Formats: sequence, C-alpha cells, structure tokens
Amino acid sequence: MSDVINTERAKKQALGPYGRVGKSLDELDDRLGVARAGRTFMDKIFPDHWSFMLGEIALYSFLILLVTGVFLTLYFIPSSAIVTYHGSYAPLDGQKMTQAFASTVNLSFAVRGGLLMRQMHHWACDIFVGAIVIHMARVFFTGAFRKPRELNWIVGSTLLILAIVNGFLGYSLPDDLVSGTGIRIAYSIILSVPLVGTYLAFWIFGGNFPGTIIIPRFFILHCLIVPLVIIGLVSAHLFLLVRQKHTQFPGNGRTEKNVVGSPMYPVFIAKTTGFLFIVGGITALLGAFAQVNPIWQFGPYDAARISYAVQPDWYMGFLDGALRIWPSWSFHGWGHTIPFEVLIPAVVLPGLIFNFVFVWPMIERKFTKDNEIHNLLDRPSNVPMRTAVGVTMLSFLGMLFIASSTDVLAKFFNVSLDTVLVAMRYLTVIVPILAFPITYRICHEIQTLHGGGRRKTPNVVARSAEGEYTATPSPRYVDDVPSHLEAAPVPTYIHEESEESGESGVRVVDR
Amino acid sequence: MTDEHRTPVSLSGLSSNDPRLQPAARNPELVERVISVCFIVGTLCLAGFGACYWIDAQPWKLGATLGGGLMFLGIGIVAWGKYLMPRGPFVEERHTLANSDADRQAFAAAIVERGGSVVQRRKLLGGLLGGGMGIFGVVVMFPLLRSLGPLPKRTLQHTDWRSGSYVVDQSGRRVEVGDLAVGSIETVFPEGTENSDRGQAVDQTVLIRVSNEAFTTMKGRETWAPHGYVAYSKVCTHLGCPVGLYEQELQLLVCPCHQSMFNVTNGAVPQFGPAPRPLPQLPLYVDSSGFLRSQSDYHQAVGPGFWERS
Repeated sequence: MSDVINTERAKKQALGPYGRVGKSLDELDDRLGVARAGRTFMDKIFPDHWSFMLGEIALYSFLILLVTGVFLTLYFIPSSAIVTYHGSYAPLDGQKMTQAFASTVNLSFAVRGGLLMRQMHHWACDIFVGAIVIHMARVFFTGAFRKPRELNWIVGSTLLILAIVNGFLGYSLPDDLVSGTGIRIAYSIILSVPLVGTYLAFWIFGGNFPGTIIIPRFFILHCLIVPLVIIGLVSAHLFLLVRQKHTQFPGNGRTEKNVVGSPMYPVFIAKTTGFLFIVGGITALLGAFAQVNPIWQFGPYDAARISYAVQPDWYMGFLDGALRIWPSWSFHGWGHTIPFEVLIPAVVLPGLIFNFVFVWPMIERKFTKDNEIHNLLDRPSNVPMRTAVGVTMLSFLGMLFIASSTDVLAKFFNVSLDTVLVAMRYLTVIVPILAFPITYRICHEIQTLHGGGRRKTPNVVARSAEGEYTATPSPRYVDDVPSHLEAAPVPTYIHEESEESGESGVRVVDR
Repeated sequence: MTDEHRTPVSLSGLSSNDPRLQPAARNPELVERVISVCFIVGTLCLAGFGACYWIDAQPWKLGATLGGGLMFLGIGIVAWGKYLMPRGPFVEERHTLANSDADRQAFAAAIVERGGSVVQRRKLLGGLLGGGMGIFGVVVMFPLLRSLGPLPKRTLQHTDWRSGSYVVDQSGRRVEVGDLAVGSIETVFPEGTENSDRGQAVDQTVLIRVSNEAFTTMKGRETWAPHGYVAYSKVCTHLGCPVGLYEQELQLLVCPCHQSMFNVTNGAVPQFGPAPRPLPQLPLYVDSSGFLRSQSDYHQAVGPGFWERS
C-alpha cells in the first residue's frame, strides 16, 4: 500500500483535479463556506463601457493618496512652534517659520523622493476630486441614480464633499503664505454665521485667529478622521454597487434583467489592475514634470503679508469666485451685523447647491412619477429636462470657477478689474439661463435625427428572379447571420482589357 | 466583427472551446510580443527607479522612471485583459432585490409587533431611558465644545492699540515723523505686538504718508492724520486678508484676495469689490519727541463682519 502512495502520480491524484490550489480552496471552504459565493464573484459581470472607468480613476487616485500620504506623515511635523530654518534650501536660510512649514520644505528638499511624493499627493488629490465630479456627471446625465440607486447617489455626493473638505485641510497644512491666507478666509467665513459664528470660530481655532492649535487639529482631521469616513463610505459605495449590480447602456441583448460585459476573473481584474498602474503612472509623471504648490516660493505664513494672485486649488474655485462677484450687501442694525456679503456666497450658496444635488433623485421622481426600478441607462438626449438642468448647474459652477480668477483675467485681457467683475456678475446669471433652453433644444434635435444614438445595422438587399429588389434589415447579431447570406468581400481590383493591346490587365480600385 | 454584435452568453456551462472564450485579438502572437515589450520596458523603468533612488537622483528622474514603469506595466496588463482574454460578451442575470410580500411582512412584524410591543408595554421605562440618553447627548456636547477653545467675549471688538501706543514697524523700530517719504507705505504695529501672532493678525495697520500736510479723511477726523500720516487697519473688512497692495496714483488700497479697493483719500470707503465697510482709521498724533503714536484704539471692530459686531 505505502509504496503506491509514494509515487508522484498518486500524490497528484490524492490532491484532486485542481492540484494544490484546489486543495487549499477546499480547506478554505471547509472553514468559511466560500465556494459558491466565490464562484459567483469570479463570474460577476462588468459592463464594457469607457464611462465606467471614471469611478475607477477616483478610487485609484484615492489609493495613491493613501500611500503617498502615509509617506508624507513620516516627515511632516504638525506644529505651529516657531523655528529658524537652516536647511538645504538656501534662500530661506535663517528665516523664522513654523515647524509645519519648515518640515514641509525639508521633506521636499532633504528627504529622498520627498518632493516627488508631495507633488504626487497634490496631483492625486486634484485628480481625485476631478474624477469624482466627472463620474457624478456621468451618473447624473445617464440617470444611473434612479431607483434603486438613490442611496448610492447620496453616499457618492457625500464623498465629493468630504474629498473637497479634506483637500482644503491638506492644502492648509504646510502653513505657507497662500494656504495661511486660505485658513484666514475660512475663519472669516465661519465668523459670518449669525448668532453662533464667533463661538464656532473660537472653538475650531482654539481662540482668535491664528492661534497655535489649528495646524495640529487640521492634521488629525486630514490624516485620520476624514480619511476614515471616506474609507467607510467608499466601502459602502462599492458594497451597494456589488449588491445592486452595475447599470448598463441599452444595446444588443441587454435588458433590465441582465448585465452584459466581461467577467470579474480574469478579464476585469486584468483591465482594472492595469488601469490602477496607469493612473499611478500618470500621477507619477505629473509629479515628476508638473510643479505644483511650490511653497518655498510663497514663503512661510505671516498674517500681515500677502502675495498677488491668491487662488485656492481648483475645487475651491467656485466658492472663491462666488465670494468675488457677490455684491457688498451687509446688514447692520440693532447692535448686530449680518455679513451677507460672506454668508450668502460662502455658506448659503454651497449649502443650496449640495442640498439640491442630494435631493435631485427625489425631485425627479416627484416630477416624473416614475417609481420603477431602472437598470438600463438613459441617453442624455432622450431626457432633455434632466440634461438641461445638469448643464445649467455645471455652467453656473463653471462661471463661478472662472470668476475666481478675475484679477488674472483682467491682467490677461488688459482690461480693468471693474469690467471683468461686472461682466462675470452678468455672465454667471445669463450663461446658465441660456444654457437651459439651448441644451433642451439640442436634445430634441438629436432625438429627431434619424438613427441618432443607435448603431447602424446593414440592410440585406436581394434581387428576385423577376428583377424586383427587396431590402430587409439584417439580423440583430452578426453571429446569427445565415452563412449563405454572408456578404462577399468587396474586390480591391477589377480585371479589364487594356485598350491598346486588348490583353487583360488589372486596375486597382481606389476604396 | 466587434463584440457589440455578438450574442451575449452566460459563463456557466460554457464549454471550454467556445469561441467566446477565445482571445479577442486577431493575431494573438503579435499582441503577446507587444505586451512582452511593454512588460520588459516597464520592468527596466522600475529597476531604473530603484537605481535613481539609490544614487539620490533629481526628483524628475525618480518620477519619470516610476511613472514610466507603472505606465508600461499598466498598458501591458490592460492589453492582456483586452486582447488575450475571453472576448465574450457574457451575460449575467439580475435577480430582483425585493423579497416576497410574505417575507417583508414577517420582517416588519418582527420589528413593529415583537419589538414595538415590548417598548409600548413599558412606556415609563422607554421614556426614562430616552430622556436619559437625550440629556447625555446634550451634556456630552458641553465639554466637547467648550474645551475646544475660549469664549469670544469681546476680544474681536478691540485691538491692542491704546491711547499713546508707539507706532513701530515690523522690526520693532519706533516710527518718527520724518521716516516716511511722501507717497510711501509701511506696515506698522502697536509697540510690543510686532512679533506676536495676534499683532500680526489683528493689530496690523498700514501707515501711508500723503503729500497734504493738513490731510483730513472725513469730517470729525481733522486731527487723525498729522503731517499727512494716515493709518488704516490692514485687515480687509471682507474676509480678513491683509490689504497689501497700494496703488499710489489712484490712492487706492487693494486687497489681493477678492479685489476690494479702498479709497485712501476719503476714509478708505470701499470703491469697488465685495468689501462692505471702510477700513477703520487709526487716530494718530506726533508726540513732543517726534514719534508717531496712536490717540486711541480703532473706533470700530477691525476685519470681517460677525454677529456681535455693533
């Protein structure tokens, strides 16, 4: 008996048809019972459409943020203690600055790979928020947020807010001249809230601006608390996605009751892993070749100094633009001040915008009275109203974003600041108002285009013996075309007789 | 023939020689060669990254090798997945998430009847526990909020300028009446605060010398600008940025953050932009030794608006 077992072949047989891997999976299944769920997960189908990649960009840039961020925490010192800089960056030598600023300059110049990691972190953040916004626009315009996915829309919108907030917190940490000014503005915005504003500001900043505690507080928020919430919500986002399965565009064989595409293993795993590498690669190349936030050029923060053309990161642009173009209306009376010039553009306006985003699925359901489950996506042109609302909102935000560079625009076009400001005030109102009917109209035009949005299928034209021509649409799937109807290849040359010699020659047909 | 035009099939029960399990590429050998090149170049780049790190090369070399390596590997893996793996398309059935009515009712019954009745039968206990938790919730907020920082009290209403404060520059040197040329500007502080955070943030003041020796910004401020020295709070009344730009020809102070402009000649009334109020003016005098000093604090709170600002 024992001599049989000792042969290699018998050993293999004892392991079963799937070898060591199969054996390990058996052991795993004995303990966790994963075989059936595992198989279903391996077979999970992912629709093949480029627009599903946008959420992946967001997810992967978040992973890059986590990795590069951990690297940065190893060298960054979140402290407002004043030190005198004597590091490798000569122009700042001997200057007094906070430890936060000094350690950021140090990790940029004295730590191996530090500058690359810092720039990658900054770029990954800009990409993260941008990918979320574009992903959200895709979900909005195709109606992917409809029942049953309203909850995931809300989770995603919350993620956008958290991404913006954490971006601002991280941007503030180095305590340079530009970011310090940003914190000063944030403090003033909190002050503007009626009744409780001063209390909130004093509690958040531990007293009057600037104090010494805000950098450590922002640090713990930026590196621990907000990321934890983001990780939790991203997990919820993905769980809901797996539970409810992907939406898909209508098309061949695609119905409300199925998903068509590539399986998780191995096709999707390969594509998405490769894509993670590509996003990482692009971030690294940006970090290598596109300088971002060179704080050593701005210098350390000093509340009495400022530089020209102060602008926040792009995702805060709409707020800054709103603050620039909102008129100077302030209420003053009965011993109190309500700074409407700050309160409305910086508190009320973003509140309204985000609330509108949150409740949009409910608003739409109320108007369309549509309570059905939707797994097939809309073409934006088929839902002109929603598309027009989305374009209006985006153009409004776009105008506010442009308004955040009034000074740069004035300089660039060589016109006075007054002109630019007044123009932006008008444009911010007029452009969205015009965008609505124009978008609506364009959607209607596209709808009436013959075959718009549908892939063209060839007609089979047949001539009967009597010389009568009949055209019939070809079958839905090329696979299903009967072989005797398979089209003959179009010739690339035609035999014809040469005029002089009368011999046959070849004329190449230009196709 | 694109995959778009093929009948999607289910993965389960597909025989292993089904054409849908074949790679999508027409010429798999060529694709394999291209992917191999991608992987080789990517691996070389990543090895180069290691080498660059080892010799402490410039950051752009680190980023170029790391980015190039990741890009080539990524493109290779995506191409592998796209061209050399089962072409599909495959289909998966969706199962309705909603359960049967009986299941739903049983679930609702468990919550409403079993749990609800337990609470309803003991209303007193439920009320007491709810009240206790509510008070705990409120009470827990107190130390959480109150420990975070001091109460504002009236600290936002005044600055450190006092009657007789010496006007000093950023280095702490007292400003004398002959120090500034006509048309020049200086950031000044009350003596003793020039190096403090609060001094920088709250007390910062712009001192401008205008040509008119008997300069008056507005009625009632006849004595505030001796020898043409006029002083305004440097904290913008919009959002508190330092009003750091001085446009000498137009006599404007400009805030670089949101482009509010204040007219120096008429009491820093905002002439343009979102700022709602003039910059407060600091009353100055020249003492017998020729030093610039403040007559008093600002007459209003400096900086942006807040609820308690009277």
